[in-house]
Amino acid sequence: MLQHPGITTTDVDTTKAVAVLALDKVTKTFPGVKALSEVSLSLYPGKVTALIGENGAGKSTVVKILTGIYQPDGGQILVDDKPTPFPVPQAAATHGVTAIHQETVLFDELSVAENIFLGHAPRNKFGLIDLAAMTEKARALLSGIGADIDPATKLKDLGIASKHLVAIGRALSIDARVVIMDEPTAALSHKEIEELHELVESLKAQGKAILFISHKFDEIFRIADNFTVFRDGQLIGDGAIAEVTEAALVKMMVGRDVSQIFPQRTPNVADTVLSVAGYSHPTEFEDISFELRKGEILGFYGLVGAGRSEFMQALFGITRTSAGAAEIDGAPVQIKSPADAVDNGIVYVPEDRGKQGAILDLPIFQNVSLPSLGRISSKGFLKLAEEFALARSYAERLDLRAASLDTHVGNLSGGNQQKVVIAKWLATQPKVIILDEPTKGVDIGSKAAVHEFMAELAAEGLAVIMVSSEIPEVLGMSDRVIVMREGRIVAELADDDLKPETLVRHAAGI
Amino acid sequence: MNTTVRSIPDRLRSPFEQRLKSWESLLLLVAIAIFVANSFASPYFLNAWNLSDATFNFTEKAMIAFAMALLIISGEIDLSVAAIIALASTAMGAAVQMGVGTPGLVFIGLSVGLLCGAFNGILVTGMGLPSIVVTIGTMSLFRGISFIVLGDQAYGGYPASFSYFGQGYVWWVISFEFVLFAIIAVIYAVLLRKANFGRAVYAIGNNPTGAMFSGIRVQRVKFILFLLTGLMSGIAAVCLTARLGSTRPSIATGWELEIVTMVVLGGVSILGGSGTIVGVVIAAFVMGLVTFGLGLLNVPGIVMSIVIGGLLIGVIALPRLWTMWRSR
Amino acid sequence: MLKRLITSREALLVGAIGLLLILISTRFSGFAAPSNLANVFNDTSPLILLAIGQMIVILTKCIDLSVAANLALTGMVVSMVNVAMPGLPIIFIVAIAIGLGALLGMFNGILVWKLQIPPIVVTLGTMTIFRGIIFLLSDGKWVNSHEMSPAFKAFPRAEILGLPVLSWIAIFAVIVFGIVMTRTTLGRAFYAAGGNPHAATYAGINVGKTQFWAFTISGALAGLTGYLWVSRFAVAYVDIASGFELDVVAACVIGGVSIMGGIGTVAGALLGALFLGIIKNALPVVDISPFWQLAISGGAIIIAVILNAQANRKKGRIILKQAEQAS
Repeated sequence: MLQHPGITTTDVDTTKAVAVLALDKVTKTFPGVKALSEVSLSLYPGKVTALIGENGAGKSTVVKILTGIYQPDGGQILVDDKPTPFPVPQAAATHGVTAIHQETVLFDELSVAENIFLGHAPRNKFGLIDLAAMTEKARALLSGIGADIDPATKLKDLGIASKHLVAIGRALSIDARVVIMDEPTAALSHKEIEELHELVESLKAQGKAILFISHKFDEIFRIADNFTVFRDGQLIGDGAIAEVTEAALVKMMVGRDVSQIFPQRTPNVADTVLSVAGYSHPTEFEDISFELRKGEILGFYGLVGAGRSEFMQALFGITRTSAGAAEIDGAPVQIKSPADAVDNGIVYVPEDRGKQGAILDLPIFQNVSLPSLGRISSKGFLKLAEEFALARSYAERLDLRAASLDTHVGNLSGGNQQKVVIAKWLATQPKVIILDEPTKGVDIGSKAAVHEFMAELAAEGLAVIMVSSEIPEVLGMSDRVIVMREGRIVAELADDDLKPETLVRHAAGI
Repeated sequence: MNTTVRSIPDRLRSPFEQRLKSWESLLLLVAIAIFVANSFASPYFLNAWNLSDATFNFTEKAMIAFAMALLIISGEIDLSVAAIIALASTAMGAAVQMGVGTPGLVFIGLSVGLLCGAFNGILVTGMGLPSIVVTIGTMSLFRGISFIVLGDQAYGGYPASFSYFGQGYVWWVISFEFVLFAIIAVIYAVLLRKANFGRAVYAIGNNPTGAMFSGIRVQRVKFILFLLTGLMSGIAAVCLTARLGSTRPSIATGWELEIVTMVVLGGVSILGGSGTIVGVVIAAFVMGLVTFGLGLLNVPGIVMSIVIGGLLIGVIALPRLWTMWRSR
Repeated sequence: MLKRLITSREALLVGAIGLLLILISTRFSGFAAPSNLANVFNDTSPLILLAIGQMIVILTKCIDLSVAANLALTGMVVSMVNVAMPGLPIIFIVAIAIGLGALLGMFNGILVWKLQIPPIVVTLGTMTIFRGIIFLLSDGKWVNSHEMSPAFKAFPRAEILGLPVLSWIAIFAVIVFGIVMTRTTLGRAFYAAGGNPHAATYAGINVGKTQFWAFTISGALAGLTGYLWVSRFAVAYVDIASGFELDVVAACVIGGVSIMGGIGTVAGALLGALFLGIIKNALPVVDISPFWQLAISGGAIIIAVILNAQANRKKGRIILKQAEQAS
């Protein structure tokens, strides 16, 4: 059943080989959005196909169709060249398709072995789950992928990288022919990424077809054999990775040259508005100190999991700190809750828009006015006309696209949702605005708009902190960049030091 | 890039239009239908005094239901309300034995309600515990204390002036309780629709994390909601005790479920985030009319509970069945 | 491994129950005698049966408030069947009780699964409907001891190896569901569906259907308990076991079942039920008025839920190196 890794690569010629799994002109429409229009994609045994596209290009919809969560509205799924619908997730599993997700989605309360064998556990002669056999098989499977994990451990006691390995173990346990990896390295450390890449190589060697979704070009060029590029739900291009350059891929992905994206600006930096001294947290970050001036855009760069968002959330009063002090305009401030932060002129645009940034089921105008209710009411009672006026002024300033101000935010595109969140905060007339991955999940057009708007805000004298993991964005927008690694500030870079290599070196600690 | 600034309309549909297609309108039709059916079914129905009596079926419960509606919209629930009535009533009964007068009794009733609400609020907002379990616990605890104090005894001997809160009439057939119910309904409707506080309640119910990230003091708002629910239970305890003229530890048993039913029937989502006071008011009338109408037809109370239970499930299930049937 | 065992919720409960027994024994030495403990267990058996069903429902992020009403309705139906057909063998009575209970549970389950109505609303509704139906069936009358056949009343009291059948059924249920929950696909699906519904869908588990089966099991156990209850107390009427659903939820919460779903064991439900049962049986013998029982179980629920929350509190991310080493 399971081949041991280390078998020589089955040499498959993609021109002749039959795709194990393919999408043929698949279309998927959601109310108001065409997520995919007539896209095709082919996966071959022993080959890694990289699926490339901006957030919102339709990659996750493809994953959901391939795993039987969504049904296509048009087109078909082909297994070994035969049309095969996946009406339920189980059908995809039966055909050997398995997915490892962005955030490892498994079961915290179950043991590692159970996570691997849920739904297809070995049975004893009474038809009951054979715990001993299951544990043994899990142990063998895990050691086969070089994971030193006790199968009896509860999943919740494992770190994120180990959970990934368990997810991979699960994929192997169902004798998968197709393994879909949806940004598997996003939350991993440098060393863990190396290990994962080795694992991909060994899966390849076992003849599995792999769909690899990633934003990191270096790893795409390192491990992928083929590529497929999506943009706005359409297939833009595909082919062998050896025959394409990074620049060409980027161009396909964004539909224009990257260098043009960022607005030209002349920083007009004035007095210090925020100074942070010695901010520390028991487990997340330590001794964070810096100053932020009016009209400045301060970038925070680091690998995912370096503690940047955690620190920002502490600065915004969501988590408590164990030590440290903050001053606004030279006066010490106590920030114990987001409400305190807003009162002191610090606002935060979070990375997770759907959960933290916006209230999706409330209309635009109510979202915009939410932190400013005090200003548009008298004696605690709302003035509806003023509320609409407030929402209108910021919606127009941000060039928001919506049917009406009464439209629910959940019905807007990612970019317009982000505009609502920014509008909400600008309406409070803040001194400091923190933007956490401001263009994640934002389409390319809105992305430029968000960047231009950031520049405009800084020009008007607002102090901007931008957390970003995209090097071009960090370099293109920031006046100064603070690099964090493992919860600490490791570098503060400006002017001539602002080079991609320098950033990467500090962030990775090389 | 397209840079022309288009003007976005405030609303596509007028608020009136939205209201016309709402749950509340549907419920109002149900209420009218029941009213008409009742007046045909029994000659005694269309009598001012009988109708006035009928209001006592729901006024006390509805007072609590308004606060409960806000609490459920915010994503929490309080199942201890009926137990708070029992405890507040017991405290008032004990005070009567010590010779406390009417103003003192009212003060004690409301204070016990507030204290119980504060206790629930601290456990839920201060310690971050799930409200459904906490209030199942305090429900046993509060009523349990009543049982410890009273056992199988009862308190009586309430002063004559105290009985006004449960038996008095403001004008002709309009009872004090009904007036209080109407005033409280208006206060809660305004609080929820027109005040900052109500806006925060909706935001929290839709997305507590998002509300906190928007600078709303989520725990404080929820704590106030538990306080309000406790206070309303205290007010209901005063009215009910005054109406019955005695206190037993089993007073208002099972009311928590009737109150939650009233709230859900009124169109408040049990998952939080949506609902109106108008809906709860109509639901209160629907439940009162059903109980009263069946009572006139000599149908026993327990059978009415089938109707109420059926209404609760039916009003939610039927629209969903309809959509499922249509989309086939 | 040993540390995990000692700090587990079940071990904590065993400790608490032991402590409780010692405390009671200081006031009344006969309480911890085996024969008395057997009585306490027998008395708690209905609660144990219902708590197991409720635990499974709560595991799947649902709640079943209709169990006591289901018990009362099934109890009434089998009593009336017995009155109408006194000669019907008990095995059929038991089958009717389990079957009817399961049907009532399926009704809850189908509303939750197919119409996606929140479980608390569904079971709040069916709870009142079931009670109302008892009234319609019985016309408000009681079925009394003298109307029931001797065999009907004798079954739960019959002793096997010194223990009544009622106790044996509870023991049997604990063992069967102990195996079902740990060793069958369905049992693990309950944990998966409640612990992470999203991931469960990806793993090919139909979450709604799993919830449906949870309600069915809870209903079947409530139905079985319905027969045992009416035959043991030799009476059936509308209000039997009124409010018992809250004791059942309380037993689960005390037993460490998380109301958020995905966490809980049969052993926990058993121990939670025993904890409440011991308190209920001990109050009269240690000269505390039985009126204290309600307040004590309320207090126990609150303490249990505080402890549950402490145990399941999410730890923050560990980013700092020294914090990683320290942990």
